[in-house]
Amino acid sequence: MRRRLSAVRRQLSALLLSLPACRGALDQSVLESAGPRARAVESLWWFALVVAAVVYVATVGALAWAVVGARRRVARGELGPPANEHRRMTLAVAGGTAATVAILFTFFFYDLSVGRTLRPPHERAHTLVQVTGHQWWWEVEYPHAVPSNAVSDANELHIPTGRPVLIEVTSRDVIHSLWIPNLGGKKDLIPRYTDTIWFQADRPGIYRSQCAEFCGLQHAKMALHVVAHEPGEYETWLQQARMPARAPTDTLAARGQEIFLSGSCALCHTIVGTPAGSRVGPDLTHLASRRTIAAGTLPNTRGNLAAWILDPQRIKPGANMPSNALSPADLEALLAYLQSLK
Amino acid sequence: MSSHCADGARAAGRRLLVGLVLALMLPLPACDREERRFSEAPPSGAPSNVVRMSTLQPGPAMMTSRTSNRYDENAYAVSQGQRLYAWYNCAGCHANGGGGMGPPLMDAEWIYGSEPGQIFATIMQGRPNGMPSWAGRIPSSQAWQIVAYVRSMAALTPASARNSRADHMMTWPESQIMMEPKHPVQSFTPPAAVQP
Repeated sequence: MRRRLSAVRRQLSALLLSLPACRGALDQSVLESAGPRARAVESLWWFALVVAAVVYVATVGALAWAVVGARRRVARGELGPPANEHRRMTLAVAGGTAATVAILFTFFFYDLSVGRTLRPPHERAHTLVQVTGHQWWWEVEYPHAVPSNAVSDANELHIPTGRPVLIEVTSRDVIHSLWIPNLGGKKDLIPRYTDTIWFQADRPGIYRSQCAEFCGLQHAKMALHVVAHEPGEYETWLQQARMPARAPTDTLAARGQEIFLSGSCALCHTIVGTPAGSRVGPDLTHLASRRTIAAGTLPNTRGNLAAWILDPQRIKPGANMPSNALSPADLEALLAYLQSLK
Repeated sequence: MSSHCADGARAAGRRLLVGLVLALMLPLPACDREERRFSEAPPSGAPSNVVRMSTLQPGPAMMTSRTSNRYDENAYAVSQGQRLYAWYNCAGCHANGGGGMGPPLMDAEWIYGSEPGQIFATIMQGRPNGMPSWAGRIPSSQAWQIVAYVRSMAALTPASARNSRADHMMTWPESQIMMEPKHPVQSFTPPAAVQP
Protein backbone atom coordinates (compact mmCIF):
# COMPACT_ATOMS: atom_id res chain seq x y z
CA MET A 1 0.00 0.00 0.00
CA ARG A 2 2.71 2.38 1.09
CA ARG A 3 4.95 1.51 -1.86
CA ARG A 4 2.10 1.92 -4.30
CA LEU A 5 1.24 5.31 -2.76
CA SER A 6 4.78 6.55 -3.12
CA ALA A 7 4.89 5.34 -6.74
CA VAL A 8 1.71 7.27 -7.48
CA ARG A 9 3.24 10.23 -5.71
CA ARG A 10 6.38 10.08 -7.83
CA GLN A 11 4.39 9.93 -11.04
CA LEU A 12 2.15 12.81 -10.02
CA SER A 13 5.20 14.82 -8.96
CA ALA A 14 6.80 14.22 -12.34
CA LEU A 15 3.58 15.32 -14.01
CA LEU A 16 3.43 18.52 -11.95
CA LEU A 17 7.09 19.29 -12.52
CA SER A 18 6.72 18.90 -16.26
CA LEU A 19 4.60 22.05 -16.14
CA PRO A 20 7.07 24.83 -16.87
CA ALA A 21 5.52 27.22 -14.33
CA CYS A 22 6.26 24.87 -11.42
CA ARG A 23 9.91 24.38 -12.34
CA GLY A 24 11.32 27.65 -11.06
CA ALA A 25 9.99 27.32 -7.54
CA LEU A 26 11.67 24.12 -6.34
CA ASP A 27 13.35 26.07 -3.54
CA GLN A 28 9.98 27.32 -2.30
CA SER A 29 7.59 24.40 -2.64
CA VAL A 30 5.68 22.24 -0.16
CA LEU A 31 5.96 19.38 -2.67
CA GLU A 32 9.77 19.35 -2.37
CA SER A 33 10.08 18.62 1.34
CA ALA A 34 13.65 18.69 2.63
CA GLY A 35 13.09 17.73 6.24
CA PRO A 36 11.07 15.38 8.47
CA ARG A 37 8.52 17.99 9.45
CA ALA A 38 7.69 19.13 5.94
CA ARG A 39 7.81 15.49 4.75
CA ALA A 40 5.19 14.40 7.30
CA VAL A 41 2.86 17.15 6.13
CA GLU A 42 3.61 16.46 2.48
CA SER A 43 2.79 12.74 2.95
CA LEU A 44 -0.50 13.68 4.59
CA TRP A 45 -1.23 15.99 1.69
CA TRP A 46 -0.51 13.32 -0.93
CA PHE A 47 -2.54 10.77 1.08
CA ALA A 48 -5.49 13.16 1.19
CA LEU A 49 -5.14 13.87 -2.54
CA VAL A 50 -5.08 10.17 -3.49
CA VAL A 51 -7.95 9.21 -1.16
CA ALA A 52 -10.04 12.16 -2.33
CA ALA A 53 -9.35 11.21 -5.96
CA VAL A 54 -10.38 7.57 -5.32
CA VAL A 55 -13.55 8.67 -3.49
CA TYR A 56 -14.38 11.06 -6.30
CA VAL A 57 -13.91 8.42 -9.00
CA ALA A 58 -15.91 5.84 -6.97
CA THR A 59 -18.78 8.27 -6.39
CA VAL A 60 -19.00 9.40 -10.00
CA GLY A 61 -18.64 5.75 -11.11
CA ALA A 62 -21.50 4.63 -8.86
CA LEU A 63 -23.68 7.41 -10.20
CA ALA A 64 -22.89 6.46 -13.81
CA TRP A 65 -23.55 2.78 -13.02
CA ALA A 66 -26.94 3.65 -11.52
CA VAL A 67 -27.93 5.79 -14.50
CA VAL A 68 -26.86 3.19 -17.07
CA GLY A 69 -28.56 0.36 -15.12
CA ALA A 70 -31.82 2.28 -14.87
CA ARG A 71 -31.82 3.07 -18.61
CA ARG A 72 -31.22 -0.59 -19.43
CA ARG A 73 -34.13 -1.66 -17.26
CA VAL A 74 -36.37 0.87 -18.99
CA ALA A 75 -35.15 -0.38 -22.39
CA ARG A 76 -36.01 -3.92 -21.36
CA GLY A 77 -39.54 -2.72 -20.60
CA GLU A 78 -39.29 -3.27 -16.83
CA LEU A 79 -41.43 -0.74 -15.05
CA GLY A 80 -41.50 0.00 -11.32
CA PRO A 81 -38.80 -0.68 -8.74
CA PRO A 82 -36.85 -3.95 -8.74
CA ALA A 83 -38.08 -6.70 -6.47
CA ASN A 84 -35.21 -6.50 -3.94
CA GLU A 85 -35.16 -2.67 -3.83
CA HIS A 86 -35.27 -2.40 -0.07
CA ARG A 87 -32.33 -4.75 0.51
CA ARG A 88 -30.21 -3.07 -2.16
CA MET A 89 -30.88 0.40 -0.76
CA THR A 90 -29.96 -0.72 2.76
CA LEU A 91 -26.74 -2.25 1.46
CA ALA A 92 -25.77 0.86 -0.48
CA VAL A 93 -26.44 3.31 2.36
CA ALA A 94 -24.77 1.10 5.00
CA GLY A 95 -21.76 0.47 2.75
CA GLY A 96 -21.38 4.20 1.93
CA THR A 97 -21.68 5.21 5.59
CA ALA A 98 -19.18 2.56 6.71
CA ALA A 99 -16.69 3.62 4.04
CA THR A 100 -17.04 7.29 4.99
CA VAL A 101 -16.57 6.58 8.70
CA ALA A 102 -13.58 4.36 7.97
CA ILE A 103 -11.94 6.98 5.75
CA LEU A 104 -12.56 9.82 8.20
CA PHE A 105 -11.14 7.75 11.09
CA THR A 106 -8.09 6.89 8.98
CA PHE A 107 -7.58 10.60 8.39
CA PHE A 108 -8.10 11.29 12.08
CA PHE A 109 -5.42 8.86 13.22
CA TYR A 110 -3.03 9.75 10.40
CA ASP A 111 -3.46 13.42 11.28
CA LEU A 112 -2.77 12.67 14.96
CA SER A 113 0.40 10.80 14.08
CA VAL A 114 1.58 13.69 11.89
CA GLY A 115 0.81 16.05 14.77
CA ARG A 116 3.05 13.96 17.04
CA THR A 117 6.02 14.31 14.68
CA LEU A 118 5.58 18.10 14.79
CA ARG A 119 6.17 18.28 18.53
CA PRO A 120 8.94 20.74 19.41
CA PRO A 121 12.35 19.20 20.09
CA HIS A 122 12.95 20.88 23.44
CA GLU A 123 14.11 17.62 25.06
CA ARG A 124 16.32 16.65 22.11
CA ALA A 125 19.64 18.25 21.18
CA HIS A 126 18.91 21.22 18.97
CA THR A 127 20.29 24.47 17.60
CA LEU A 128 18.61 27.67 18.84
CA VAL A 129 18.08 30.65 16.53
CA GLN A 130 16.05 33.82 17.10
CA VAL A 131 14.17 35.43 14.25
CA THR A 132 12.65 38.91 14.58
CA GLY A 133 10.39 40.40 11.93
CA HIS A 134 10.76 44.03 10.91
CA GLN A 135 9.04 46.10 8.25
CA TRP A 136 10.39 44.74 5.87
CA TRP A 137 13.31 42.48 6.69
CA TRP A 138 14.28 39.57 8.94
CA GLU A 139 16.67 39.88 11.84
CA VAL A 140 18.35 36.54 12.57
CA GLU A 141 20.31 36.04 15.77
CA TYR A 142 22.42 33.11 16.92
CA PRO A 143 22.59 33.39 20.71
CA HIS A 144 25.54 32.12 22.72
CA ALA A 145 26.23 31.74 26.43
CA VAL A 146 29.04 34.29 25.98
CA PRO A 147 27.27 37.41 24.72
CA SER A 148 30.20 38.55 22.59
CA ASN A 149 29.93 35.26 20.68
CA ALA A 150 26.34 35.90 19.70
CA VAL A 151 25.86 36.66 16.03
CA SER A 152 23.34 39.01 14.43
CA ASP A 153 22.58 38.63 10.75
CA ALA A 154 19.80 39.63 8.38
CA ASN A 155 17.63 37.98 5.75
CA GLU A 156 19.64 34.73 5.74
CA LEU A 157 19.11 31.87 8.15
CA HIS A 158 22.06 29.46 8.33
CA ILE A 159 21.34 26.03 9.81
CA PRO A 160 23.15 22.70 10.13
CA THR A 161 21.65 19.67 8.37
CA GLY A 162 20.44 16.60 10.27
CA ARG A 163 19.75 18.46 13.49
CA PRO A 164 16.52 20.03 14.77
CA VAL A 165 16.60 23.82 14.72
CA LEU A 166 14.43 25.56 17.29
CA ILE A 167 13.46 29.08 16.25
CA GLU A 168 12.19 31.69 18.67
CA VAL A 169 10.15 34.18 16.72
CA THR A 170 8.89 37.64 17.57
CA SER A 171 8.26 40.92 15.80
CA ARG A 172 9.36 44.51 16.33
CA ASP A 173 6.41 46.24 14.68
CA VAL A 174 3.45 44.38 13.11
CA ILE A 175 2.51 40.72 12.70
CA HIS A 176 4.68 38.82 10.22
CA SER A 177 4.72 35.09 9.54
CA LEU A 178 7.58 32.64 9.02
CA TRP A 179 6.92 29.92 6.48
CA ILE A 180 9.65 27.89 4.83
CA PRO A 181 7.63 25.65 2.47
CA ASN A 182 10.43 23.10 1.96
CA LEU A 183 11.09 22.73 5.68
CA GLY A 184 7.91 23.58 7.54
CA GLY A 185 5.83 26.28 9.10
CA LYS A 186 4.14 28.53 9.36
CA LYS A 187 4.27 30.51 12.58
CA ASP A 188 3.13 34.08 13.14
CA LEU A 189 5.64 36.59 14.49
CA ILE A 190 3.70 38.65 17.00
CA PRO A 191 4.96 41.90 18.57
CA ARG A 192 5.93 41.61 22.24
CA TYR A 193 5.33 37.86 22.28
CA THR A 194 7.86 35.11 21.71
CA ASP A 195 6.73 31.88 20.10
CA THR A 196 8.70 28.87 18.88
CA ILE A 197 8.76 26.74 15.78
CA TRP A 198 11.20 24.01 14.80
CA PHE A 199 12.28 22.20 11.68
CA GLN A 200 15.15 20.16 10.38
CA ALA A 201 16.87 20.09 7.00
CA ASP A 202 18.03 16.68 5.79
CA ARG A 203 20.07 17.85 2.84
CA PRO A 204 22.17 20.95 2.24
CA GLY A 205 20.67 23.60 0.02
CA ILE A 206 19.11 27.03 -0.13
CA TYR A 207 15.42 27.27 0.61
CA ARG A 208 13.44 30.42 0.02
CA SER A 209 10.90 31.74 2.47
CA GLN A 210 8.54 34.63 2.10
CA CYS A 211 6.69 36.56 4.78
CA ALA A 212 3.31 34.83 4.95
CA GLU A 213 1.26 37.48 6.72
CA PHE A 214 0.44 40.75 5.01
CA CYS A 215 2.58 43.27 6.88
CA GLY A 216 2.33 46.48 4.90
CA LEU A 217 3.51 48.10 1.73
CA GLN A 218 6.59 45.97 1.02
CA HIS A 219 5.27 42.63 2.27
CA ALA A 220 6.04 41.13 -1.14
CA LYS A 221 9.70 42.14 -0.88
CA MET A 222 10.35 40.45 2.43
CA ALA A 223 12.11 37.17 1.70
CA LEU A 224 14.33 35.03 3.87
CA HIS A 225 16.82 32.54 2.45
CA VAL A 226 17.49 29.46 4.56
CA VAL A 227 20.99 28.12 3.90
CA ALA A 228 21.44 24.54 5.14
CA HIS A 229 25.08 23.50 5.60
CA GLU A 230 26.73 20.18 6.45
CA PRO A 231 27.38 20.35 10.23
CA GLY A 232 31.15 20.91 9.83
CA GLU A 233 30.62 23.61 7.26
CA TYR A 234 28.04 25.22 9.54
CA GLU A 235 30.55 25.45 12.39
CA THR A 236 33.05 27.07 10.03
CA TRP A 237 30.41 29.58 8.94
CA LEU A 238 29.47 30.35 12.55
CA GLN A 239 33.12 30.89 13.53
CA GLN A 240 33.53 33.26 10.62
CA ALA A 241 30.31 35.12 11.45
CA ARG A 242 31.53 35.66 15.01
CA MET A 243 34.57 37.59 13.80
CA PRO A 244 34.36 41.39 13.93
CA ALA A 245 34.40 43.22 10.60
CA ARG A 246 37.69 43.44 8.78
CA ALA A 247 39.53 46.72 9.14
CA PRO A 248 39.85 48.48 5.77
CA THR A 249 43.12 47.57 4.07
CA ASP A 250 43.42 50.31 1.45
CA THR A 251 42.89 54.07 1.54
CA LEU A 252 39.69 53.96 -0.54
CA ALA A 253 38.01 51.54 1.84
CA ALA A 254 39.32 53.54 4.80
CA ARG A 255 37.67 56.65 3.34
CA GLY A 256 34.50 54.56 2.89
CA GLN A 257 34.54 53.59 6.55
CA GLU A 258 34.94 57.25 7.47
CA ILE A 259 31.87 58.13 5.38
CA PHE A 260 29.92 55.29 6.96
CA LEU A 261 30.79 56.37 10.49
CA SER A 262 30.43 60.12 10.02
CA GLY A 263 27.21 60.10 8.00
CA SER A 264 23.73 58.82 8.62
CA CYS A 265 24.56 55.10 8.01
CA ALA A 266 25.98 54.60 11.50
CA LEU A 267 22.80 55.90 13.11
CA CYS A 268 20.84 52.80 12.15
CA HIS A 269 23.33 50.03 11.28
CA THR A 270 25.86 48.01 13.26
CA ILE A 271 29.31 47.02 12.07
CA VAL A 272 30.96 44.99 14.82
CA GLY A 273 34.49 46.24 15.43
CA THR A 274 33.60 49.89 14.71
CA PRO A 275 31.74 52.47 16.83
CA ALA A 276 28.61 51.88 14.69
CA GLY A 277 26.27 49.92 16.96
CA SER A 278 22.67 50.85 16.27
CA ARG A 279 20.04 48.13 16.03
CA VAL A 280 17.41 49.92 13.95
CA GLY A 281 18.52 48.52 10.57
CA PRO A 282 20.19 45.23 9.61
CA ASP A 283 23.65 44.37 10.99
CA LEU A 284 26.20 44.95 8.20
CA THR A 285 29.25 43.30 9.79
CA HIS A 286 29.43 40.66 7.03
CA LEU A 287 27.32 42.37 4.39
CA ALA A 288 29.49 41.26 1.46
CA SER A 289 28.98 37.58 2.29
CA ARG A 290 25.20 37.80 1.88
CA ARG A 291 23.53 36.64 -1.30
CA THR A 292 20.92 39.36 -1.57
CA ILE A 293 20.23 42.88 -0.35
CA ALA A 294 16.96 44.47 0.81
CA ALA A 295 15.51 41.15 2.07
CA GLY A 296 15.86 39.11 -1.10
CA THR A 297 14.88 41.98 -3.38
CA LEU A 298 18.11 42.20 -5.39
CA PRO A 299 21.26 40.08 -5.84
CA ASN A 300 24.10 41.50 -3.77
CA THR A 301 26.16 43.08 -6.55
CA ARG A 302 28.12 46.32 -6.57
CA GLY A 303 25.67 48.04 -8.92
CA ASN A 304 22.60 46.99 -6.95
CA LEU A 305 24.21 48.06 -3.70
CA ALA A 306 24.99 51.48 -5.18
CA ALA A 307 21.40 51.88 -6.41
CA TRP A 308 20.07 50.79 -3.04
CA ILE A 309 22.23 53.26 -1.08
CA LEU A 310 21.44 56.20 -3.37
CA ASP A 311 17.70 55.73 -3.80
CA PRO A 312 16.13 52.83 -1.92
CA GLN A 313 12.70 54.43 -2.32
CA ARG A 314 12.81 53.63 -6.01
CA ILE A 315 13.55 49.95 -5.40
CA LYS A 316 11.37 49.40 -2.34
CA PRO A 317 9.06 52.40 -1.86
CA GLY A 318 8.21 52.95 1.78
CA ALA A 319 11.21 51.07 3.16
CA ASN A 320 12.70 52.76 6.20
CA MET A 321 16.09 53.23 4.57
CA PRO A 322 16.31 56.90 3.48
CA SER A 323 17.77 58.13 0.22
CA ASN A 324 21.38 59.29 0.45
CA ALA A 325 22.72 62.02 -1.81
CA LEU A 326 26.37 60.93 -1.89
CA SER A 327 28.90 62.36 -4.29
CA PRO A 328 30.26 59.84 -6.83
CA ALA A 329 33.65 59.76 -5.12
CA ASP A 330 32.11 59.17 -1.71
CA LEU A 331 29.85 56.46 -3.11
CA GLU A 332 32.84 54.68 -4.69
CA ALA A 333 34.65 54.74 -1.37
CA LEU A 334 31.61 53.54 0.57
CA LEU A 335 31.05 50.68 -1.89
CA ALA A 336 34.70 49.66 -1.63
CA TYR A 337 34.35 49.50 2.14
CA LEU A 338 31.01 47.67 2.20
CA GLN A 339 32.21 45.13 -0.36
CA SER A 340 35.26 44.39 1.80
CA LEU A 341 32.99 43.27 4.67
CA LYS A 342 33.20 39.55 3.88
CA MET B 1 -48.19 64.47 -22.51
CA SER B 2 -46.61 61.13 -21.90
CA SER B 3 -43.35 62.17 -23.64
CA HIS B 4 -43.26 65.31 -21.52
CA CYS B 5 -43.56 63.15 -18.43
CA ALA B 6 -40.72 60.88 -19.58
CA ASP B 7 -38.48 63.91 -20.20
CA GLY B 8 -39.16 65.14 -16.70
CA ALA B 9 -38.31 61.76 -15.23
CA ARG B 10 -35.12 61.58 -17.29
CA ALA B 11 -34.03 65.06 -16.15
CA ALA B 12 -34.72 64.12 -12.54
CA GLY B 13 -32.69 60.94 -13.02
CA ARG B 14 -29.82 62.92 -14.49
CA ARG B 15 -29.90 65.37 -11.57
CA LEU B 16 -29.85 62.46 -9.15
CA LEU B 17 -26.87 60.94 -10.95
CA VAL B 18 -24.92 64.21 -10.94
CA GLY B 19 -25.72 64.67 -7.27
CA LEU B 20 -24.58 61.15 -6.50
CA VAL B 21 -21.27 61.59 -8.36
CA LEU B 22 -20.65 64.89 -6.57
CA ALA B 23 -21.44 63.29 -3.21
CA LEU B 24 -19.00 60.47 -3.97
CA MET B 25 -16.30 62.99 -4.84
CA LEU B 26 -16.72 64.82 -1.53
CA PRO B 27 -14.25 62.70 0.48
CA LEU B 28 -11.57 62.86 -2.24
CA PRO B 29 -9.56 65.71 -0.64
CA ALA B 30 -9.29 63.59 2.50
CA CYS B 31 -7.01 61.19 0.61
CA ASP B 32 -4.21 63.75 0.98
CA ARG B 33 -4.11 63.00 4.66
CA GLU B 34 -2.89 59.46 4.05
CA GLU B 35 -0.95 59.98 0.84
CA ARG B 36 2.47 58.33 1.01
CA ARG B 37 5.11 60.27 -0.86
CA PHE B 38 8.36 58.38 -0.76
CA SER B 39 10.70 60.29 -3.02
CA GLU B 40 10.13 63.97 -3.00
CA ALA B 41 12.26 66.95 -2.21
CA PRO B 42 11.91 67.90 1.46
CA PRO B 43 10.32 71.31 2.22
CA SER B 44 13.79 72.76 2.35
CA GLY B 45 17.27 71.32 2.34
CA ALA B 46 18.94 73.96 4.48
CA PRO B 47 16.51 76.47 5.86
CA SER B 48 18.82 77.23 8.75
CA ASN B 49 20.24 80.24 6.86
CA VAL B 50 16.91 82.04 6.94
CA VAL B 51 15.76 81.09 10.40
CA ARG B 52 16.26 83.91 12.91
CA MET B 53 16.98 82.96 16.47
CA SER B 54 17.24 86.55 17.72
CA THR B 55 14.88 89.50 17.74
CA LEU B 56 17.79 91.87 17.15
CA GLN B 57 18.38 92.82 13.56
CA PRO B 58 20.58 95.47 11.98
CA GLY B 59 18.49 98.23 10.45
CA PRO B 60 14.69 98.08 10.21
CA ALA B 61 13.01 94.73 10.91
CA MET B 62 13.04 92.65 7.76
CA MET B 63 10.37 90.26 6.63
CA THR B 64 11.35 86.62 6.72
CA SER B 65 9.40 84.18 4.68
CA ARG B 66 8.14 81.21 6.61
CA THR B 67 9.05 77.68 5.61
CA SER B 68 5.85 75.70 5.66
CA ASN B 69 6.17 72.02 6.32
CA ARG B 70 3.88 70.07 4.03
CA TYR B 71 4.34 67.04 6.26
CA ASP B 72 2.26 68.84 8.92
CA GLU B 73 -0.87 67.88 7.01
CA ASN B 74 0.11 64.32 6.21
CA ALA B 75 -0.76 61.64 8.74
CA TYR B 76 1.67 59.14 7.20
CA ALA B 77 4.59 61.57 7.53
CA VAL B 78 3.60 62.33 11.13
CA SER B 79 3.56 58.65 12.02
CA GLN B 80 6.92 58.12 10.30
CA GLY B 81 8.16 61.07 12.36
CA GLN B 82 6.93 59.33 15.50
CA ARG B 83 8.78 56.15 14.53
CA LEU B 84 12.00 58.11 13.86
CA TYR B 85 11.55 60.06 17.12
CA ALA B 86 11.84 56.72 18.92
CA TRP B 87 14.61 55.31 16.70
CA TYR B 88 16.85 58.37 17.05
CA ASN B 89 16.18 58.29 20.78
CA CYS B 90 14.67 61.77 21.03
CA ALA B 91 12.67 60.17 23.86
CA GLY B 92 15.93 59.71 25.76
CA CYS B 93 15.84 63.40 26.79
CA HIS B 94 12.41 64.70 25.84
CA ALA B 95 10.48 61.57 26.88
CA ASN B 96 7.29 61.17 24.89
CA GLY B 97 6.89 64.91 24.75
CA GLY B 98 6.62 65.45 28.48
CA GLY B 99 10.27 66.31 28.89
CA GLY B 100 12.98 64.91 31.09
CA MET B 101 16.59 65.96 30.79
CA GLY B 102 15.44 68.01 27.83
CA PRO B 103 12.51 70.43 27.69
CA PRO B 104 8.98 69.14 27.11
CA LEU B 105 7.71 69.37 23.56
CA MET B 106 3.99 69.37 24.19
CA ASP B 107 3.57 72.61 26.10
CA ALA B 108 3.46 76.23 24.96
CA GLU B 109 7.07 77.04 25.89
CA TRP B 110 9.42 77.08 22.93
CA ILE B 111 12.89 78.34 23.83
CA TYR B 112 14.02 78.34 20.21
CA GLY B 113 10.72 78.82 18.42
CA SER B 114 7.89 76.60 17.29
CA GLU B 115 7.84 77.37 13.55
CA PRO B 116 8.73 74.36 11.37
CA GLY B 117 11.92 76.06 10.17
CA GLN B 118 12.96 76.88 13.72
CA ILE B 119 12.44 73.33 14.98
CA PHE B 120 14.29 72.00 11.95
CA ALA B 121 17.18 74.36 12.72
CA THR B 122 17.17 73.30 16.36
CA ILE B 123 17.45 69.63 15.36
CA MET B 124 20.13 70.20 12.74
CA GLN B 125 22.26 72.82 14.52
CA GLY B 126 21.87 71.63 18.09
CA ARG B 127 21.35 74.01 21.00
CA PRO B 128 23.42 74.86 24.07
CA ASN B 129 23.19 72.72 27.19
CA GLY B 130 22.47 69.36 25.70
CA MET B 131 20.69 69.35 22.34
CA PRO B 132 23.09 67.60 19.95
CA SER B 133 23.50 68.69 16.35
CA TRP B 134 22.06 66.07 14.00
CA ALA B 135 23.27 67.69 10.80
CA GLY B 136 24.70 65.08 8.45
CA ARG B 137 23.27 62.35 10.65
CA ILE B 138 19.54 62.60 10.02
CA PRO B 139 18.64 63.03 6.33
CA SER B 140 16.68 66.26 5.92
CA SER B 141 13.51 64.52 4.70
CA GLN B 142 13.43 62.48 7.91
CA ALA B 143 14.15 65.57 10.01
CA TRP B 144 11.12 67.29 8.45
CA GLN B 145 8.99 64.28 9.37
CA ILE B 146 10.25 64.55 12.95
CA VAL B 147 9.40 68.28 12.88
CA ALA B 148 5.84 67.40 11.84
CA TYR B 149 5.54 64.89 14.68
CA VAL B 150 6.99 67.27 17.28
CA ARG B 151 4.56 69.99 16.23
CA SER B 152 1.68 67.52 16.27
CA MET B 153 2.50 66.69 19.90
CA ALA B 154 1.89 70.33 20.79
CA ALA B 155 -1.26 70.41 18.66
CA LEU B 156 0.29 72.94 16.28
CA THR B 157 -0.63 70.92 13.20
CA PRO B 158 -4.09 70.42 11.69
CA ALA B 159 -6.17 68.04 13.77
CA SER B 160 -7.03 66.07 10.64
CA ALA B 161 -3.47 64.73 10.42
CA ARG B 162 -2.77 64.28 14.10
CA ASN B 163 -2.82 60.97 15.86
CA SER B 164 -6.20 61.05 17.54
CA ARG B 165 -5.36 58.28 19.96
CA ALA B 166 -1.73 58.55 21.03
CA ASP B 167 -0.03 55.75 22.96
CA HIS B 168 1.29 58.24 25.49
CA MET B 169 0.11 61.40 27.16
CA MET B 170 -1.34 63.97 24.82
CA THR B 171 -2.31 67.61 24.93
CA TRP B 172 -5.61 67.38 23.15
CA PRO B 173 -8.51 67.60 22.82
CA GLU B 174 -9.48 69.21 26.13
CA SER B 175 -6.65 68.60 28.49
CA GLN B 176 -4.29 71.52 28.89
CA ILE B 177 -3.58 75.05 27.80
CA MET B 178 -3.24 74.00 24.23
CA MET B 179 -6.73 74.80 22.96
CA GLU B 180 -5.79 75.81 19.46
CA PRO B 181 -8.14 78.65 18.54
CA LYS B 182 -8.14 80.43 21.91
CA HIS B 183 -4.49 80.31 22.86
CA PRO B 184 -2.07 80.95 20.04
CA VAL B 185 1.29 79.53 21.01
CA GLN B 186 3.78 81.98 22.44
CA SER B 187 6.92 81.80 20.44
CA PHE B 188 10.31 83.16 21.38
CA THR B 189 10.56 85.11 18.15
CA PRO B 190 8.07 87.97 17.83
CA PRO B 191 5.56 87.26 15.06
CA ALA B 192 6.72 90.30 13.08
CA ALA B 193 10.15 88.83 12.60
CA VAL B 194 8.95 85.46 11.47
CA GLN B 195 5.74 85.86 9.62
CA PRO B 196 5.29 87.83 6.44
